[in-house]
Amino acid sequence: MKPLALTAFTATSCLGRGLAATRAALDAGRTALAPCAFETVTLDTHVGEVPGVDDEPLPAELGEFECRNNRLARLGLRQDDFDEAVRALTHRLGPERIGVWLGTSTSGILDSELAYRQRDPATGALPASFRYRGAHNTYSVAGFVRRALGLEGPAAVISSACSSSAKVFASARRAIAAGLIDAAVVGGVDSLCLTTLYGFHSLQLVAQGPCRPFDAARDGLSIGEAAAFALLERAADDTPAQAVLLLGTGESSDAWHMSAPHPEGRGAAAAMSQALAAARLTPGDIDYINFHGTGTPSNDAAEARAVAAVLGSRTPGSSTKGATGHTLGAAGGLEAVICALALRHGLMPGGVNTSVIDPALPVNYLRENRRAPLKAVMSNSFGFGGSNCSLIFGRAG
Amino acid sequence: MSTPLTAWVESVGLLGPGLSDWQAAVEVLAGRAPYAPQPTVIPPLQCLPAAERRRTGKVVRLALTVGLEAVVRAGADAATLPAVFASSGGDGENCHEICQVLASAERQISPTRFHNSVHNAASGYWGIATGATPASNALCAYDASFAAGLLESLVQLRIDETAVLLIAYDADYPEPIRSARPIPDAFGVALLLTSAAGAGSLARITARLSVTPADVLRDARLEALRAQVPAARSLPLLQALTGAEPRAVVVDYLEPQRLEIEVSPCH
Repeated sequence: MKPLALTAFTATSCLGRGLAATRAALDAGRTALAPCAFETVTLDTHVGEVPGVDDEPLPAELGEFECRNNRLARLGLRQDDFDEAVRALTHRLGPERIGVWLGTSTSGILDSELAYRQRDPATGALPASFRYRGAHNTYSVAGFVRRALGLEGPAAVISSACSSSAKVFASARRAIAAGLIDAAVVGGVDSLCLTTLYGFHSLQLVAQGPCRPFDAARDGLSIGEAAAFALLERAADDTPAQAVLLLGTGESSDAWHMSAPHPEGRGAAAAMSQALAAARLTPGDIDYINFHGTGTPSNDAAEARAVAAVLGSRTPGSSTKGATGHTLGAAGGLEAVICALALRHGLMPGGVNTSVIDPALPVNYLRENRRAPLKAVMSNSFGFGGSNCSLIFGRAG
Repeated sequence: MSTPLTAWVESVGLLGPGLSDWQAAVEVLAGRAPYAPQPTVIPPLQCLPAAERRRTGKVVRLALTVGLEAVVRAGADAATLPAVFASSGGDGENCHEICQVLASAERQISPTRFHNSVHNAASGYWGIATGATPASNALCAYDASFAAGLLESLVQLRIDETAVLLIAYDADYPEPIRSARPIPDAFGVALLLTSAAGAGSLARITARLSVTPADVLRDARLEALRAQVPAARSLPLLQALTGAEPRAVVVDYLEPQRLEIEVSPCH
């Protein structure tokens, strides 16, 4: 594939608002997971909550999109002048030439969950404040971002659980290659809600303390929330050497189980191999892998087998979910931005919380930060329904 | 003006109110049979193991039924096909049940309810049913979900793939969400699309973004279906596929854009 440049990018998660805060937390090897105090949730678990989301109401002209998920989206868009970068590009290309592909798993479902507590006792009706289109519907976050940025090009939400905001990079890449558009806003926004907290709990996939990816005693994931965005454009001859490029994408399906990965990581391996082929790279060219690494026993085991099969066991890798939690539909986007920071600053972030690396997992797992110039890195994202996506990012020079 | 995107339609699968399959729909859309709306009847699935079958809701059965019809009509191998699943609402009954339990003191949702809540549930069950391991997308663009799925499929055919199965589907919500999103009944359509003409191709389609208003259907009841169910925004395209003459149709997309599609029948 022809490389695309990430001409702007930003991330907001429990680690902080924007790139500087995110990088500072990664540099310090800090986790921001904390005992769950979200809403009225009574589960004994840790979460990665973004502070202050509820204090950021949408402006009146965007009121039809009001919900916590879109508040988080707006908060994210305003960091690192990302919204200004999109506006400047819109001025140059025209609003119809820029697409929007965002990942989310639950959109504004939290607001629906709360509305169900306020049903009319006589009729069962939802309160008048219930917003189907602007909040509940899966598309709402892409509709919101498209409107907030004044864009008029093609748009969609990709919602394939935890691979959602990795797969948006693949869809946007194709649309740009096909000439449908010239640039795309991609990323993911997912926010805490009762469906995912109680849902993962029902599957017994939630860790009691902060999640410990690849640890011998790992006992599940910690749920987080995030808004992450990137602006994709065709790489040009004058793309600066320090620019971050999308080099390859790979997508596959497990065809195996709704909520468990294929035990050998069959689909994961296929996605990684495809991404390498698309980037015209060999396994030895990958300097660092940001694992999907949820911290559930089955995910990390399947992923480690797949990585070993495709890339061998020497490439350093880590999961940053010990720091951020698993941000579900935003995880692919958040970890793409972490990969971009890794490339820009030569930082391989160590996986925090992990104390004893599981000896049964045949990978070179980093527990401490390592600094080295990086040329190409891989990010893995795997979701329910057996949906797999692997992305490769690199430096222009 | 964006680059036009071309594909060939190999086969169609369809299920909706009063439309029991593509063959029945052809007669109605071509004007050879009257449209008589009846509640959509979604048959039980034979393609899943019994344990999985029990876990599926009607939306998943709808998507798999039309997908399999298109695959069988084309004599294709489902296991080798990349797929695009486009739906506005996913499984509304499942969502309602979860919200109801979470609003109760109990809050204990079942594992099956939870894994069925993902927007790509149909894609996941499709993989289990057919063994399909290529890429599968699950997307949503509210009322524009059909056109968004078609665009994704056409772009995949231009860049990466030689065949793509598009499955667009939506079903009605129970109350109380139904009042806020009044989709009257279930409607699903599957198009098996290829990048080159085959011996049995139905038509060549060429799509481009446009600002021309979307086509409406002459039959008032078919038009009501088109206007009320996001997946049924496909009906102008499907009607053109039943004709013998080339036609240009416009289907709804995201404001201010629509999708203008030239349809050139192959036979």
